[in-house]
Amino acid sequence: MDPEDLKYSKEHEWVRMNGNIAEVGVTVFAQESLGDVVFVDLPEAGTDVAQFAKFGEIESVKAVSDLFSPVGGKIVEVNAAATDSPEVVNEEPYGTGWLIKVELADASQLDELMDSATYQATLE
Amino acid sequence: MTISASAGDIDRRLLMDRSVSGRKAFTLPESDVPAQNLPDSSFLRDDVELPEVSQLEVIRYFSVLSQLNFSIDTNFYPLGSCTMKYNPKINDELSNLPGLADIHPLQPDETVQGAIRLLKDLQDDLGEITGLPGVSLAPLAGAQGEYAGLLIARAYHNAQNDSARTVAIVPDSAHGTNPASAAMAGLEVVTVRSDDQGNVDVENLRELANENTSVFMLTIPSTLGLFEPNILELTKIIHDVGGLVYADGANLNALLGLVKLGDLGVDICHSNLHKTFSTPHGGGGPGSGPVMVTDELAKFLPKPVAEKIDDGYVLATPEMSVGSINGFHGSFSIAARAYAYIKALGLEGLQSVSENAIISANYIQAKLRDKYDLAADRYCMHETVLSATRQKKRGVAGLDIAKRLLDFGIHAPTMYFPMIVDEALMVEPTESESKETLDHFIAVMRQIDDEIDSAPELVLDAPHDLPVTRLDEATAARKPVLRWTAEL
Repeated sequence: MDPEDLKYSKEHEWVRMNGNIAEVGVTVFAQESLGDVVFVDLPEAGTDVAQFAKFGEIESVKAVSDLFSPVGGKIVEVNAAATDSPEVVNEEPYGTGWLIKVELADASQLDELMDSATYQATLE
Repeated sequence: MTISASAGDIDRRLLMDRSVSGRKAFTLPESDVPAQNLPDSSFLRDDVELPEVSQLEVIRYFSVLSQLNFSIDTNFYPLGSCTMKYNPKINDELSNLPGLADIHPLQPDETVQGAIRLLKDLQDDLGEITGLPGVSLAPLAGAQGEYAGLLIARAYHNAQNDSARTVAIVPDSAHGTNPASAAMAGLEVVTVRSDDQGNVDVENLRELANENTSVFMLTIPSTLGLFEPNILELTKIIHDVGGLVYADGANLNALLGLVKLGDLGVDICHSNLHKTFSTPHGGGGPGSGPVMVTDELAKFLPKPVAEKIDDGYVLATPEMSVGSINGFHGSFSIAARAYAYIKALGLEGLQSVSENAIISANYIQAKLRDKYDLAADRYCMHETVLSATRQKKRGVAGLDIAKRLLDFGIHAPTMYFPMIVDEALMVEPTESESKETLDHFIAVMRQIDDEIDSAPELVLDAPHDLPVTRLDEATAARKPVLRWTAEL
């Protein structure tokens, strides 16, 4: 089950809010579908990203996929652990495998996202 | 020490591991010219380890390696999209004739008239088959054919003083080379959706097509192995906004003598000779991706183009050519093989190539559809895209099924492509295979499905009987070891 305190996008990314900082990662479903992640390409901290825009790429033994940010704003931190040891995305997608932190431009963006039950329903 | 008897074992040592200092495979004759010192030897390295082995050891090493190869000459190879059909050996014989094999690309045209005539005849045949009479054989592979085609589209729009067209529209089912070629050609890529039948979404294309559209890239039949029933409407939408239609002819082997791309409204296409026209590929090719265009676009073709003049044949540069896209004429020996294939079969033979390829794929689809889901529930063309979604729910992924097939001497189908299909297994039997081979494949696929319930470890741990078993692809990609070291 995906954590209930997170918000989810239809592109299988999650958001964890901490003040106005949004932590972003991919869901268990995403990492299971991708298979073993072997490379993660993330932008530099300080770049801006629009909601639902591409912010990076994730490569698994199967394929390369685009990463889409579920929220827009300035990227204030990127997870070096994910780029240095991509296996953390498979092992702890909701924990040490997070990808970027975004300073949320507009809190109403969160209304565009799903709660965990709604997201789960899209996977059935 | 005891030596165990195992004549069937493979000597797995790498060439470096067989190296003995001072051993040689070849002895150079005494130099009969004065020694020259290099003006600057600082760029030479002496830290590169090279194997020192005898000639016989080299022969054994590579002979054994070649026997480990999984090839169309040894095994059924239903690798969807790649069209691993039989390469008739007469093609090799013909291309090795001295008049074709022992000539040089810089020889004067008048000394190689037969070779240029061969290129001209092949151009004419490809023009006839596709209905697009302007042909250049220069591109060295499918992706280079795409790139050449997109350069032609750009040159055409520029010649019309219509240079604001910067967008290539590409379906979400397209092969990755399409958006890559478009980006290389300086175009912005916009993706058009597929509908629930696997066709291009007509309304979505209508929304996306506008005065910025340079070209619409469409694979025919699609990468799902399906014919586009709305093709005439799709090409009209693009022409109505002033754009050009590019057909990726990677799957042309389904259309030979049945449909001409030019009749469907296509302006530019390429064909992979190494797929449709039975020239070798896998293990590096070389490939060949001729580009075909309408009469109107022929003046933009990459050079050279073989032409007939009053007293013979010449290699010419079209009037507004996009230029050279490689050093010489393309893959000449591959063109010679394709020529042999086309001339041996003739129009009727080529037509039955496509008919048999389509019948074989549909036979497999019909015999497996109760066990495996289909990407699209309708007749397919030359390949069928199965989906192992039912199997995945029972704990076995498409990858495991592909690995298990290897145990039965069957090459894995293309997996996880097209990317819009979950757990895709793309099966292309080609026209080359007998009904007995198809029946064997069908029986094996049904048995693997049974094994998922009766003995899942047989599938999950496959392959069991090959020189290497399940490889650790993730570690190989995460921590690649790219250079030999003595410690390994």
